[in-house]
Amino acid sequence: MSQLDNLYREVIMEHYKHPRNKGLVGGPGYKSFHIKNPSCGDDITIETKVEDGIVKACHQEGTGCSISTASASVMTEIMTGKTLEEAKNIANNYLKMVHNEEYDETIDLEEAEAFSGVRQFPARTKCASIAWQAFLNTVSEE
Amino acid sequence: MADKFQKEFPQLKPGHSYLDSAAMSLKPECVIGKVDDYYCRLSVNVHRGLYPESIEASALYEEARAKIARFLNASKDEIVYTRGTTNSLNMVTRFLTGSLKEGDEIITSELEHHSSFLPWQALAKSKGLILKFVPLDQDGRITVDNFKKVLSAKTKIVALTYVSNVMGYITPIEEIIGLAHEKGALVIVDAAQAVPHFKVDVKAIDADFLAFSGHKMLGPTGIGILYGKKALLDKLEPVEYGGDMIDDVGKEVSSWKKPPYRFEAGTMPIAEAIGLGEAVTCLNRYGFDNISKKEKLIHETALRELAKIDGVKIYNPGADTAIIAFNLENIPSHDAVSFYAEKGVSVRAGQHCAELLADWLGIASSLRASFYLYNDVEDALRLAEVTKQAIAYFRNLGF
Repeated sequence: MSQLDNLYREVIMEHYKHPRNKGLVGGPGYKSFHIKNPSCGDDITIETKVEDGIVKACHQEGTGCSISTASASVMTEIMTGKTLEEAKNIANNYLKMVHNEEYDETIDLEEAEAFSGVRQFPARTKCASIAWQAFLNTVSEE
Repeated sequence: MADKFQKEFPQLKPGHSYLDSAAMSLKPECVIGKVDDYYCRLSVNVHRGLYPESIEASALYEEARAKIARFLNASKDEIVYTRGTTNSLNMVTRFLTGSLKEGDEIITSELEHHSSFLPWQALAKSKGLILKFVPLDQDGRITVDNFKKVLSAKTKIVALTYVSNVMGYITPIEEIIGLAHEKGALVIVDAAQAVPHFKVDVKAIDADFLAFSGHKMLGPTGIGILYGKKALLDKLEPVEYGGDMIDDVGKEVSSWKKPPYRFEAGTMPIAEAIGLGEAVTCLNRYGFDNISKKEKLIHETALRELAKIDGVKIYNPGADTAIIAFNLENIPSHDAVSFYAEKGVSVRAGQHCAELLADWLGIASSLRASFYLYNDVEDALRLAEVTKQAIAYFRNLGF
């Protein structure tokens, strides 16, 4: 039994091995945002298409550790189909959770809940955050 | 069983291996004591006061400078205190800005730490200078032959690392400096990874400028050195203005003290400078022969043990200094490093402030284990054992 078992939950490993919504589409209506963590080499781009206040599509591309890769994958699945308000709420709440700040436990984080173990590993907070921060940047003007 | 080196480092913990000395060395009690003594007993400024505490502080500050000068075979007025290697190298760039013109060439390499590369890249961009990269050989080394390929009559600056902070290779700097001088170029040496590990003689290698940090050589943080040849420093204008560096101040014109004081504006890190002097005393007491012998044994042990493990990729098996850059196959370095941390092995993961080298190696990031005099063979064995466990752990998860 390792402390790390709290980090590498099944959901995370599953998304790491089979990342969803991978590959950027581009084209009209898409907004993308790129974040790189220069200290570790995590490099992620998120693109989002919003129509009528609904996240119609969310894609991801990049390289990084299992936590950053899986969190990007989980995020794109959760966001697709959400209203902008729901999406921003979830993202902000998730970011509070992985930063070990107080967060609203009544908001359903769905599969992203699996990243709660990151709180015990402050060195990995960034890994778990960058895709979500990139997402918020793609919708900041919406 | 702790040896004579280890007993002096209160940060060492049984069962833990600190393997990140290329980023920051631990500090021995004697250095901590000197810093503490300055703050407890003196805590006053240098060069200004006429009271006994200030006179003593000034004497300690200048004795440390003299000690550092002897350590490098330099003279006292060639030793400028700075905030560290980064500060030193940025200062040199600013010193030389005025003497460079469009089309002049700067020789650098993909082995450089960002602080030895970015100041020149920024200057090149603003002044239309041309950056030339020494082609690295198949192992990632800077060689004299490859240096000759980029050296030309247009070369004005050669800014190279003495020892790579990722690959641990020693650059044939003496020969390179000789060749550069034949073309009239100035050579700036990033010696941050050299000075802590072997005797650096600035006269023997004939460096024009040479920079290093205190915190990688048993000294405090926030202090470093810029060595500059006296004849060069004498001609240079200050890059910072303020207290203590002036000779005479007037409404129209002012004049500056002689080097090195001209380059030390404002209150300097006094305790840290004194602490760095003590670090030099400490290194002299241990002796570089002993330090090298110990580092070599640990390094060889680690390489031998890691080579036995399936799934370990070592990028610099031929390193000249005790640094190992490696990855565990299919395990991103940031995942691996969490496992090492849990098992009490402090290694570094990432690009190590040398992104050009990561690109050259074709990797996003790597792990780095670096050893220093307070490590021992146990640390090498623990590194290998935890590496085995890490691979088994992540393979079991499906990596």
